[in-house]
Amino acid sequence: MLIATQTSRRKFLLSSLIALPAMGIALNGLSAAAAAELAAPSLDSYSPIFFTAAEWTFILAACDRLIPADGRGPGALETNVPIFIDQQLAGDLGSEVYLEGPFDVNAPATLGYQLPFTAQQIYRQGIAALEGWCQAKYGQYFALLSLSDREQVLKQMQNGQVDFAAHGEPVLKAKLLFSELLNITRQGWLADPIYGGNKGMKAWIAIGFPGARASYLEWVAQHNVPYPLGPVSLTGQRG
Amino acid sequence: MPNITNDEVDVVVVGLGWAGSLMSIELAQAGLKVRALERGEDRSNADFTYPKPADQYAYGVRNKIMVTPKDGALTVRHNMQSTALPTRQWGAFVPGTGVGGSGLHWTGVLIRPTPTDIKLKTYADQAYKPGVLGEGMQIQDYPFTWEEIEPYLDKFDKICGLSGNTGNLQGRIVEGGDPFEGPRSSPFPLPALEDTLNNTMFAEAARKLGYHPFPNPSANVSRAWKNPYGNQIAPCNYCGYCSKYPCLNYSKASPQTAVMDSLKRMDNFDYRTNANVLRVELHADGKTAKGVTYADGQGNEVFQPAKIVVLAGFQFVNVRLMLLSGIGQPYSPLTGKGTIGRNYAFLSVGGSTLFFKDKTFNPFATAGATGQMFNDISPGNFDGPALGVIGGAKIHSSQATGTPIGTALPAGTPEWGQGWKEGMQDWYGHSMKVSISTGCMSYREHYLDLDPTYKDPWGQPLLRITFDWKPNELKLQQHLRGIVGDITKELNPDSVSESYLDMDSHWDITKYVSTHNVGGAIMGDSPETSALNRYLQSWDVHNVFVPGGNAFPQNFQANPTALIGALTLFAAQAIKDQYLKNPGPLVQA
Repeated sequence: MLIATQTSRRKFLLSSLIALPAMGIALNGLSAAAAAELAAPSLDSYSPIFFTAAEWTFILAACDRLIPADGRGPGALETNVPIFIDQQLAGDLGSEVYLEGPFDVNAPATLGYQLPFTAQQIYRQGIAALEGWCQAKYGQYFALLSLSDREQVLKQMQNGQVDFAAHGEPVLKAKLLFSELLNITRQGWLADPIYGGNKGMKAWIAIGFPGARASYLEWVAQHNVPYPLGPVSLTGQRG
Repeated sequence: MPNITNDEVDVVVVGLGWAGSLMSIELAQAGLKVRALERGEDRSNADFTYPKPADQYAYGVRNKIMVTPKDGALTVRHNMQSTALPTRQWGAFVPGTGVGGSGLHWTGVLIRPTPTDIKLKTYADQAYKPGVLGEGMQIQDYPFTWEEIEPYLDKFDKICGLSGNTGNLQGRIVEGGDPFEGPRSSPFPLPALEDTLNNTMFAEAARKLGYHPFPNPSANVSRAWKNPYGNQIAPCNYCGYCSKYPCLNYSKASPQTAVMDSLKRMDNFDYRTNANVLRVELHADGKTAKGVTYADGQGNEVFQPAKIVVLAGFQFVNVRLMLLSGIGQPYSPLTGKGTIGRNYAFLSVGGSTLFFKDKTFNPFATAGATGQMFNDISPGNFDGPALGVIGGAKIHSSQATGTPIGTALPAGTPEWGQGWKEGMQDWYGHSMKVSISTGCMSYREHYLDLDPTYKDPWGQPLLRITFDWKPNELKLQQHLRGIVGDITKELNPDSVSESYLDMDSHWDITKYVSTHNVGGAIMGDSPETSALNRYLQSWDVHNVFVPGGNAFPQNFQANPTALIGALTLFAAQAIKDQYLKNPGPLVQA
């Protein structure tokens, strides 16, 4: 694979993942560290816990555009970002949110999140609405659209131009699903590998962040000198 | 009704953060039987051994040691005419919980207010023509003099191992420190932390423009320190995980590192965790408290009898407990009467991010408090009266962390896709910030009360905040933007992105500012305009003391912890010296 171009590497990753494996290793119940080790080898042997097969296909295809393999540095797929997202949603992500009513879903944006949905509901209902919208506009699932169409759909979501109301979601906005997805994708790319993403600490290596080294007494006063050591992870991996 | 009654104690302390741990140790040292009740989990240094805290996702993103909105939400509205809505997720501020409270995850900037800050009303009356300041502003003086509070500021500096440069030693200005600080009785206990590249660049530019920069006074200690309680704090190793994180190196002064080890060894002190205090119980005449009732972790309501009740929770918690317990009269912005909830204030921040292609900042190699600041734009030290604004700001270049989630990228960088990914690689570690942190005045219609609709998991009403930006604070932001712009020009970055409030901004609860919420149960000279007297004693219920940021009549530009520590120690001394001998109001109304 060393001679593969960036583009062919991306195609390889996505095409091998869209056909979901029937068998996989369920990670629920394992420690995060053990799960990270198990998940680290490859995305295609991972069986999602939270996402359905159809949702998983969307997540893979969306992550592939949000942080693509194109150009310099690792993409979301080769760093297992979708596994991070699945693990978080299967875990307690969003359990901290205050969800007592009444709900004023038309509140000004400055007052923050005011919908009656858990994080899990945002993804479940949001992906269904988005796929409905894609079917209506393109007659196709998101993951099977051309690269440029997928990017176009994401841009339209980001700009509030995808109407979920016509697809069963009068309250949940495509813009919210997009921002949740973008945030969690970036987080999975940059979080410690213990959570399933940032495989091999590739994102940290790419940007020059030393991870959990957390001791720089002899470096703090060396100004304008690039730090020479690679990252370490919470479990002691070295990159 | 409580179904369990505990043995009586001399003092029950509600909340085991800075205020609670300081009050506990001071009163236990006087021989009193003290019991602290903490709503959150127990937390000891052993929970924070390397590498556990070096985890941005858990602590920085998922708020591992903060109270959840589910348990600790408030409601927020911009004005009295609108309906408040709950803070379903944290945004503008993030309160802590558990043993250590916010003192566990604070950044460790330990800076004092100035003598003018504590007599702001007097200054305003002297320096501003009537009508210059906005309608409805109700700023007040603190009810003590600089000379009275300074020994307690000094004591807290020593408890924390304050590291930095002395600026004013007993009236003598000392080179390298803050020339605008009030006279201090003794020098900083420890020298300043090492400067990072952003510090030296900022300080040089600021000095060239005539300002007086100095290293951020830091409670991340620069050298090994043994404090007056006998606790040892280790020299900071610049780990880069500080603000929102517990310290992995025993280096950040916190209740854990500075107080708890000594406190836990005392036989006349104990504490309960997962003990969520629901209300203070008053005697029938309403003049004294008989103890507190709390929900334990097993579904019981427990009555804790006590001779003295200290409310030492976070500012919100203290004000809410006073309202829930009927201590004092709730404040009404319509009549101006009542004091509980009066003078809520927040703070504003802003700043510029400067990008330098050819400079390497290594932002991960830093202490939480690392930075330089100047105090030239503080009340009495700049042309505030001519500008028609009161209050001031810290202008600083701080580098609190290099954790990568949330890295700022130059304007025009795509938010996703190949452009974002390559932008992260091109610009991570190549930027520095020049920031402002402003004071915030108190106003008649900014206040706290109990929400009529929303409840917490224990069935009690949430606290409601009514707050928005006022022209004074917004005008100050515009002025500061110009000053930061001059510094930016001097530093000559490849590009810069700015973030300031405009004149038509409303408070946005989704964007983090800082958790320096103050007021609501303020200290003052009169029970007509304050909830507490100079010893943080309730004017109405004399065996209830309420240390915390709730006591600030308005917010100054300095960080609040130094004064919270000093006020708590000042009150503890008054309890020991005066109240125990003669229980009753320590100040006659």
